[in-house]
Amino acid sequence: MLDPGQTATLKTPVDERRDHIRGPRDAAVTLVEYGDFECPHCGRAHFILQDLEAMMGDRYRLVFRNFPLSQIHPYAERAAEAAEAAGAQGLFWEMHDTLFEHQDALEDEDLVAYADEIGCDLPRFQMDLLQGRFRERVREDFLGGVRSGVNGTPTFFINGRRHDAPWDLDALAEAIEMAAMTQGPGGADDRGGRHL
Amino acid sequence: MRNVKHPGTQSRGNGKGQSDPQPQQQQQQLRQRHPEAAGAPGPTGALQPGTEAPDFNLLATPDQRVDLNHFRGRPVVLVFYPADWSPVCGDQLSLYNEILPEFNRHAAQVIGLSVDGVWCHTAYAQDRKLHFPLLADFHPKGAVAQQYGVYRDQDGVAERALFVIDEDGIIRWSYVSPLGVNPGADGILNALEQLDAEKSRANAGLSKEYAHA
Repeated sequence: MLDPGQTATLKTPVDERRDHIRGPRDAAVTLVEYGDFECPHCGRAHFILQDLEAMMGDRYRLVFRNFPLSQIHPYAERAAEAAEAAGAQGLFWEMHDTLFEHQDALEDEDLVAYADEIGCDLPRFQMDLLQGRFRERVREDFLGGVRSGVNGTPTFFINGRRHDAPWDLDALAEAIEMAAMTQGPGGADDRGGRHL
Repeated sequence: MRNVKHPGTQSRGNGKGQSDPQPQQQQQQLRQRHPEAAGAPGPTGALQPGTEAPDFNLLATPDQRVDLNHFRGRPVVLVFYPADWSPVCGDQLSLYNEILPEFNRHAAQVIGLSVDGVWCHTAYAQDRKLHFPLLADFHPKGAVAQQYGVYRDQDGVAERALFVIDEDGIIRWSYVSPLGVNPGADGILNALEQLDAEKSRANAGLSKEYAHA
């Protein structure tokens, strides 16, 4: 239950078999982003996270989960499914980056063009999209987010704790350094972070 | 209802009250005024679980009224919020809008309430493509929010408060969030799941009785 006195925590732990993860397995800090490919704030965050990645090196890894607000962003749900369809072909991050770099062009024909660009098997990609093969998975991401206290996009969790502070580069870097310090050796604790 | 927790009360009522005796006094006064209520109003004054939800009849559109009693037989989620168009509300109501299929799974009806007028609600709901009613607690201003104990006299708006009402019209969960904080949907979904669980337990009990008879 969400109590404002207590920070929300990630209820669905990072799962290496299911999640899309960028960065080393043994990174001290895991940042989970719940995002929407049509959300302009997420678009801004995407470039901040790229800088962050360059800054943090292998102490940090990123997990992306879908949180499409489809009532206000009509193309977001489909874009999320497209990213998952590319992911099924091992090209999730390529599609993820492309989508955030082209937030103003997310219609079906655009999605197919991007899939072609990054080297997807096109018939398979189109069939997956047409059949809504990843709709359920996107929904699972979304509901998991709701239960963890994701109320809008982007929402970040740093080692399992919701990051309620600003998310400019400096603020995120500081929060991650802090998490890395409180993190004992032995890798990231995906569930709730650890108390010293 | 006895089991549904009320985090607002817990966080404020426990332990740390000593340094700040005022809320406790207030609570006592409120209890004295409403000794009959199983769940006396908490420190914020919001109606507590166990209380019968006061009925209301408010305009949803310029020519359509909504009556709470009309929803007997299914759970209702009341969402009081300070104002249309304020940035946090947008997020909160948009979130509920996205999760409507989940609320539907519990057959629950979501209803938003603020002191804004119907024309304002209509424009707002259209802009945000909201698929649940927004009621105008407009005249007399904030009367329903007052009945539920979530009117902010100092500001003239409702608190950001949530109530989950069961199919018999009893409040089973309530929560008041700080004005600027989106309370999310997790608490609502927990409460609805608990209602469903109790119902299926009750049904199982019933069929057992029949089996014995």
